[in-house]
Amino acid sequence: MKKSGKILSFLALAGFLFYGCQNNAGQKATTTPIGNGDAASQVYVPPGEHDEFYAFLSGGFSGQVTVYGLPSGRLFKIIPVFSQDAEKAWGYNEETKPMLETSFGFIPWDDAHHPELSQTNGVPDGRWLFINGNNTPRVARIDLGTFETTEILEIPNSGGNHSSPFTTENSEYIVAGTRFSVPYPQTDVAINSYKENFKGALSFIKADEPGSMDVSFQILVPGYDYDLAHSGKGKSHGWTFFTSYNTEESHTLKEVNASQNDKDFIAAINWKKAEEYIAAGNFKEMPARYAHNYYNEETHMATSEMKENVKVLIPSECPGLIYYLPTPKSPHGVDVDPTGSYIVGAGKLSADITVHSFDKMIAAIESQAFDGEIDGIPVLKFDAVVEGAVQSGGLGPLHTEFDGNGYAYTTFFISSEVVKWKIGTWEVVDRVPCYYSVGHLMIPGGDSKKPWGKYLVAMNKITKDRYLPTGPELAHSAQLYDISGDKMKLILDFPTMGEPHYAQGIAADVIKDRSKKIYPLEENHHPHATLKEDQVRVERNGNEVHIYMTCIRSHFAPDNIEGVKVGDKVYLHVTNLEQDWDTPHGVSIMGANTSELLIMPGQTETLLWEPKFEGVIPFYCTDFCSALHQEMQGYIRVSAADANTELSWSLGE
Amino acid sequence: MKQLPRLFMLLAVLLTMQLFLFPMWSITLVAPQYPDGITMFIWIDRITGDTEYTLQNINILNHYVGMKYIEPDSIPELQYFKYVVLAISLLGMGALIANRKYLYLSWFILVALLGALGIYDFYLWEYDYGHNLSETAPIKIPGMVYQPPLIGTKMLLNFEATSLPATGGWLFGTGLMLSLVAFLTYPKTSRR
Ligand SMILES: [Cu+2]
Repeated sequence: MKKSGKILSFLALAGFLFYGCQNNAGQKATTTPIGNGDAASQVYVPPGEHDEFYAFLSGGFSGQVTVYGLPSGRLFKIIPVFSQDAEKAWGYNEETKPMLETSFGFIPWDDAHHPELSQTNGVPDGRWLFINGNNTPRVARIDLGTFETTEILEIPNSGGNHSSPFTTENSEYIVAGTRFSVPYPQTDVAINSYKENFKGALSFIKADEPGSMDVSFQILVPGYDYDLAHSGKGKSHGWTFFTSYNTEESHTLKEVNASQNDKDFIAAINWKKAEEYIAAGNFKEMPARYAHNYYNEETHMATSEMKENVKVLIPSECPGLIYYLPTPKSPHGVDVDPTGSYIVGAGKLSADITVHSFDKMIAAIESQAFDGEIDGIPVLKFDAVVEGAVQSGGLGPLHTEFDGNGYAYTTFFISSEVVKWKIGTWEVVDRVPCYYSVGHLMIPGGDSKKPWGKYLVAMNKITKDRYLPTGPELAHSAQLYDISGDKMKLILDFPTMGEPHYAQGIAADVIKDRSKKIYPLEENHHPHATLKEDQVRVERNGNEVHIYMTCIRSHFAPDNIEGVKVGDKVYLHVTNLEQDWDTPHGVSIMGANTSELLIMPGQTETLLWEPKFEGVIPFYCTDFCSALHQEMQGYIRVSAADANTELSWSLGE
Repeated sequence: MKQLPRLFMLLAVLLTMQLFLFPMWSITLVAPQYPDGITMFIWIDRITGDTEYTLQNINILNHYVGMKYIEPDSIPELQYFKYVVLAISLLGMGALIANRKYLYLSWFILVALLGALGIYDFYLWEYDYGHNLSETAPIKIPGMVYQPPLIGTKMLLNFEATSLPATGGWLFGTGLMLSLVAFLTYPKTSRR
């Protein structure tokens, strides 16, 4: 592929030179947004070949995560996270229903914003992907061996989890900052008592071990809106930075009332210091109620437990824990460069990008260069911490990522463009338009110590005329830029699912060889698994009927069942006995008030069916599994509630 | 120089005994939907695959055309082959210790015969699996048999089946030839 790419670009170049010699008009091509190269060959991945990068995009209001290949922009998978997904029985089968439990009960939806790859030594390691639920505050872990969600933790005493789940250098913690300050703990108070009663909580979540995700501690902060975050790296490892807006602490007409202050704050948290305070017992135990849901890959089953109490640190009682860095106007993104030296604040209502220096921040703390304090939080002098400002010429900077070669790339929502600038001189070196109104951007590894600085994906909020129209609702549009040269080049448009707010990318090699092919049957410890065809059976327990079924190309065992009655709760525990890659089987039952099951090789899933009428009900395999897939079906006889049809089951009799 | 035939015979015995460590034969099936192929390895005492689940997957594929399940436990050869290999190794050791020219030749002839018998037996099994198909097979193609090639490549419906000696088989063959070399290099004068 590489070779043919080279030949193609050589031909393109040769053609251009030839044409250019004859006619100066040929140069016109260089000024179009897609540059002078052969963009198609740059994004062309020939049939059967693999993409160079995985890209994980959040689904926003779809509640899910989508997996794309770069540079092709091909969609590979939608991973269900916070929203029920009938295609995969996520939140419909008995095994995954507990994943969507919260302190408010079962919630079939959330707003998924920021995917974040786990890191080792500040570099994405391909173990997990985390993502936040913004509405009912939650964070989730996706296992990148199976590309399945395996853990969801609710965040207590929080209102909207937006500044999340950004990781520390070794995924010691992921964080969660409240977007809406709320009474802490929740109580019934007048909304206009905001200034007295509303607080923010910044949560640090221990996430380095699957199955034991927990809120390690929260820091109680003034009632601002906390927007985004990033942790330090290298020299700034041990610190996490949160942007805030609404430092006016207004509670109504925020578009005006939260936009008055000239500067808001970036909160700098010394989380190593926080660990010391926790170890010394210098915390308050606060009442809380929050769910922790874990999908155990060995039992193929999720459990949900409710947690109570959370450890809270109060800044006024914990000197050195938190400082405020004044930053112009309602900063959105806070991004730390690959060396960990610079903290870039994108003031979304301003034209400029503010760059703070970590070294200056430490010096300012040591020399106590404070401009007063708020609720025990010292406010550092702006001039003492700021290192530079990027005079962008654009408007509405949102988010910055890095290419690892000394350059930074910032999206500008209002002026709808990506601006490339040089770290150190703060000068703008290039800019390209986005179609239209870009939100966040992503460079694979672009928020880590070692970016793969080859491509940039811009996630646009407005689509308009980019694709064939599909009625009032349009797919959001992403755009791929080649950033390997001096000038950014637009090389591809591709539609996305839901509303991607943020994305992560990683070299395919880090993940692809570890991707699981099957669930080994000998590791299947599902309590209702049937590991051999001769163990299939049907058991009745009062009005509960448990059908222990297996499937393998191309039959269910048993496929004839009698003795089920109207009013029964019928649990179909189906184990897929296949041990071959890409051989799922599905199961669906006529009239069942739920989704199908889609069972991976070696997995067990359970469908709950409550038959309402007498009759003989067909069921069948929904995933085209083999030449005899269409024959993969069976019948369940449903008798009257008071009938005495004997419980029986068979296959091939 | 004098010890050379002995050395060849020692190698022949060692190359026979490695059959306990490496598979003798392999059959690989490749089809469009199995781009990496499925490979089955035949050992002196078991059948394995390139993955833990190869046999199950081959059996699933075979059942569409009514082939019998391959169940290693029900194949008697896999029970006694190891004793045969042990016996010929011991005989080879005996020849080695005695260091007689015609013992080397006898061993060569014996083992070559046993090897040929083994291959004939393998052919019979392949014939049986390929021809004795279930009456109720879902897919029946008149005149079609599914016997894999003894050695080489052959199309069986959508599968390209390749049958070849595996590591153990090649090494064993080399050992056999070395026993012949031991006979041929035996010095004419040094008769004891
Ligand atoms: Cu099926």
